[in-house]
Amino acid sequence: MSFLTVVYAILFYFAFAVLLAGLIRKIVQYARTPAPLKIPTTPAPTTEAGVALRLFREVVFFESLFKGNKWIWIFGWVFHFGLFLVTLRHLRYFIDPVWLPIQLVQPFGIYGGMAMVAGLAGLWARRFLVDRVRYITGPSDHLILALLILIGLSGLMMTFVVHVDVISVKLFFRGLMTFNISPLPADPLLLLHLLLVAALMIVFPFSKLLHAPGLFFSPTRNQVDNPREKRHIANWAKSLEQ
Amino acid sequence: MAKANFTVPELKQYAEIPAIEPGAMAHSSPFVSKPEFQEPLGFPGELAEDWQDHAIAKMGEMLGKYRSLRVYLDSCVKCGSCTDKCHYYIGTKDPKNMPVGRQDLMRKVYRRYFTLAGKYFPKLVGAEDFTREVLDDWYSYFHQCSQCRRCSVFCPYGIDTAEISMAAREIMDGIGMGQKYCNEIIAKVYKIGNNLGLPGPALLDTLEGLEEDVEDETGVAVKYPVDQEGAEILLVTPSADFFAEPHVDGLIGYGKVFHEAGVSWTVSSYASEAANFGMFIGSYENMRQISQRIRKAAIDLKVKRIVFGECGHAWRVAYSFLNTLAGPWDFLDPRYPVPQHICEFTNELIKEGKLKFDKSQNDDMVLTFHDSCNVARATRMGDRPGGQFEIPRAVIKAVCNNYFDMDEETIRERTFCCGGGGGLLTDDLMEIRVKGAKPRVEALNNVMQEKGVTHLAAICAICKSQFSKVLPFYGMEMDQVVSVHQLVSNAIVLTGQETENDDEDEEAGDAA
Repeated sequence: MSFLTVVYAILFYFAFAVLLAGLIRKIVQYARTPAPLKIPTTPAPTTEAGVALRLFREVVFFESLFKGNKWIWIFGWVFHFGLFLVTLRHLRYFIDPVWLPIQLVQPFGIYGGMAMVAGLAGLWARRFLVDRVRYITGPSDHLILALLILIGLSGLMMTFVVHVDVISVKLFFRGLMTFNISPLPADPLLLLHLLLVAALMIVFPFSKLLHAPGLFFSPTRNQVDNPREKRHIANWAKSLEQ
Repeated sequence: MAKANFTVPELKQYAEIPAIEPGAMAHSSPFVSKPEFQEPLGFPGELAEDWQDHAIAKMGEMLGKYRSLRVYLDSCVKCGSCTDKCHYYIGTKDPKNMPVGRQDLMRKVYRRYFTLAGKYFPKLVGAEDFTREVLDDWYSYFHQCSQCRRCSVFCPYGIDTAEISMAAREIMDGIGMGQKYCNEIIAKVYKIGNNLGLPGPALLDTLEGLEEDVEDETGVAVKYPVDQEGAEILLVTPSADFFAEPHVDGLIGYGKVFHEAGVSWTVSSYASEAANFGMFIGSYENMRQISQRIRKAAIDLKVKRIVFGECGHAWRVAYSFLNTLAGPWDFLDPRYPVPQHICEFTNELIKEGKLKFDKSQNDDMVLTFHDSCNVARATRMGDRPGGQFEIPRAVIKAVCNNYFDMDEETIRERTFCCGGGGGLLTDDLMEIRVKGAKPRVEALNNVMQEKGVTHLAAICAICKSQFSKVLPFYGMEMDQVVSVHQLVSNAIVLTGQETENDDEDEEAGDAA
């Protein structure tokens, strides 16, 4: 087995462990921290089902962002939806046999990749062109955009320019999953693509990418508007009532 | 036009998003609280040598107590959706008044001390030490936020800058750097019972005066009772309602509505304040202590219901927090929500047809309605979402013939704050108050030009005081602001009242 294969195998085990442990740690932290007061942004749903629907609209359609800014919404939604299709397409590397829906989604995954890069480019352009957004942009914001766009471009290049041995790639990842490692093709573009993806996985729980789990824990979005009907009190606040 | 030693923003026909001017409002800071105002609230008197350690420890404590703070400091992706939504940014152009700019003042400290990335790569993620300069920035800019929650409407994660501002103020109070205006007022509530320091006898005197005025005007003996044990309803209203204009005209209106409803009611001299400044300073303990006064008054006076007067932030604490802070209310009449808003109360009577109005009494005005920020985005009225928008409008339309809404982009959940909320209603912050009022005044100006609107109705003591003060800076009149229940008061025909209209009808009959 080549040195490269071993390095990448270790890298992906490490990245996966960091992503999983980091996310679990954050999610547990969010879940355990009490929300002592009822603070939904109103008008808010008055039932649990209504809240589920509100969160669904936020996650799937970016409802609040749509109200806020149409450009950011278009670029942001195109990027995220593209990323979603790309992720579905990539499931073929991890399951065998490939489920029918995943087979059907394959061509759309390619369009997803293009959409993802286009959306990211739009978001990045705003960081230079809009003075307010330029002001709030830091080095890490540029780096994450660069990381994502390079992942997208390197992926697209493997589809359109320099093909790689996807069968071997699949064997490599299936191998990782069964702790039976098989060789990874030493293709520079593939190695770059995978390196960046591993970096993204490692950075995820320590960066603003935490917005993904964060949304589900946002009290302004996930609380039911029923404070008069139901008393809401945090454990630490109960101690004030002796 | 009122004199200003700063440039009053120019009103435009179409809202413009200004280009940023860094540092434009860095000079704006409220007076720092003196030790005598800090200590009654349980805060250290002044900044100690080792304030930084205490501040960071306090921040750690709050991160463990408030999920909102933890999630919001982590989640922002700097997308820019909020950047043009704050009235203080629009009015001042200072990028630290963009919601994300304001949050980042805390986020950079959070990242430095509480995140891995900020500990090891501070430059990369914009993390910074909590220096005296950063603290001064906090003090300045966290007192340029009225906690109106407009930003939270447009944030894809619902990040509410109010939560961050409140936490920042709580941290600053905890190290002895409180704001004079808020803390002095809270101390007054503990000592006297209301924000204005109006003692019981003065309150009694004022309300007796109102009874006489109303009887002189209408010939009907409408009561304005204080500390009446066994009354059915406890009215909790902002203390400005007891004497300030146009607030007091609203109070007169509440009394007339209660009179017509045939219910007994009372105010309490012990809990003679609806506003709860504990929220402004983000102090759960103080907010709770102030709320407990209402509970005690309700028990002592043996009332069955609690109704709140026209007050924005007060209605937030009342509607959203009172059950948490001072509940459970199982000793009150379970047939009514606790508490109720006076607009809900009046609207029910209107729907039941129990109130008689002569709408022509308000024909000298063309009205529009200002959705108060905290009522709009932090509370509800009635049993359906959005009732907080529809119920006050329904009340106004029931008593007025001429009504127009302002631009949809500036009302309901998108309403702009008056510019004086969240503990900024003090003369030492006049510049930020005037500039922050710009988007609201601009929308008002446009309906004045296009629809001939003459008056702005509001249901918040802060909004009323703020507009009375800042409208003259924009060349408008202070008395263009009216209370919603002032309109009700003008139009209501009390049972047994001899109205001007009767005379007019007779005259008209004679002429024919």
